[in-house]
Amino acid sequence: MTSALWTHLIKDLRIEWRSKDAINSMLFFALLVVVLFSMSFDPQGAFARDIAGGVLCVATMFASVSALNQAWAREIRHQVLDAQRMAPTSGAELFLAKVIANFLFVAIVQVVLAPVFLVMYNLNVQGQAWKLALVLPLGTWALVANGTFFAAMAIRSRNRELLLPLILFPIFLPALLAMVVATKDILTGESDPSLWIKLLLGYDIIFTTVSLLLFDVIFHAE
Amino acid sequence: MKKLVLGLYAIATVALMIWGFYQAMYVAPDDALQGYIFRIIYYHVPSASVAFVFFAVSLFGSIGYLTFRRGNHDRAQIADAWALAGAEVGVVFCTVVLLTGPIWGRRAWGIWWTWDARLTTTLVLWLIYVSYLLLRRFAAGPQMQTLAAVLGVFGALDVPIVYMSNRWWRTQHPAPVFGGDPGSGMKDPAMLAAFGWNMLAWFAWGIFVLILRYNVERKHQQYAEQEAEEALAANL
Repeated sequence: MTSALWTHLIKDLRIEWRSKDAINSMLFFALLVVVLFSMSFDPQGAFARDIAGGVLCVATMFASVSALNQAWAREIRHQVLDAQRMAPTSGAELFLAKVIANFLFVAIVQVVLAPVFLVMYNLNVQGQAWKLALVLPLGTWALVANGTFFAAMAIRSRNRELLLPLILFPIFLPALLAMVVATKDILTGESDPSLWIKLLLGYDIIFTTVSLLLFDVIFHAE
Repeated sequence: MKKLVLGLYAIATVALMIWGFYQAMYVAPDDALQGYIFRIIYYHVPSASVAFVFFAVSLFGSIGYLTFRRGNHDRAQIADAWALAGAEVGVVFCTVVLLTGPIWGRRAWGIWWTWDARLTTTLVLWLIYVSYLLLRRFAAGPQMQTLAAVLGVFGALDVPIVYMSNRWWRTQHPAPVFGGDPGSGMKDPAMLAAFGWNMLAWFAWGIFVLILRYNVERKHQQYAEQEAEEALAANL
């Protein structure tokens, strides 16, 4: 890890540790979504296992959008972003540091939320539970990597809070599908999720690479 | 001269569309299995083809803009105008596809919608390009073109992934009529002729609207540059 990447990462983690803004708002929002869905559909047994993946994914999506906007808005204050652009390091390092930091925050939210989820939906995993530890991080990485990139794009527009989900969700759809179907397969134990795990892995690799390559283009766009 | 050519082209296009309508509604026979509703194919498939081609035009425009924006300002602006025109007109034709499809599907299959590979890919394509147009509207200033171009590239990357992922999921949309199973393809020459005429007519119309939109966008760009120069000159 280069020192610039490490510096950015430590900075973001330290800011978050002191204020805990992003994690608190994400946690509460995700919890609300889970509760709302649980009340609206009252999932039982097999039905709960069918929809749990979808609910978790949607809850994560809505929760992370708020955190992603905050992450870049913080940089715009006091012209920090301009200082970053003038630094001799490549913008891609700042981007990767933000992605890793946001990924950690979302992962913490998911870990905290998991017991609540298990309780509200009365879940017991029929398939191979360890595979969830593959699916969820891969899916979350897809969301956070693309989300951080598009948040950087949206930050200078006048409707930035609205624009981010509008441009993120269509492009995120295949990863959403893979995550939901894979989680459903694991929870119900009905079929093998390997195909979807491979799709998620491919999606992550492709979009992380393209984001790293194109980040400097949008970072210095003027 | 240019106006004359465009005017003649417009007349030819309208003539083609009238001929295509006549062919589709009166000359071509009913489908053996589906009956009268089958005639939607003469609008559904050409619109889909035009939409895909114009989205490709938009993609090349985006790539062109990213390539030329530092070196050759004029070429970059031309590329950006093609990117916007392609996206806008493509969205219109894609909307037609998404409207005619369910109408046909309700009659032919009994369902308005399903999440199979083609329908999902088309819907996601539509969503991506609508979000592209929204970005162009909400983002301000000179960086808007760069951001839009990057989103265009991202969107284009996503589409094959969506198609593949959904194909693995399930499929309801009929197998391709042309180039599908050995038994596929239109056998009746009257049907084939109607299909060909409508393809030509809708492509002609699409290209006409695309060229108009491109010209309007170029004018916008030139006025914006003129205004910028005048503002600078006034300040000196």
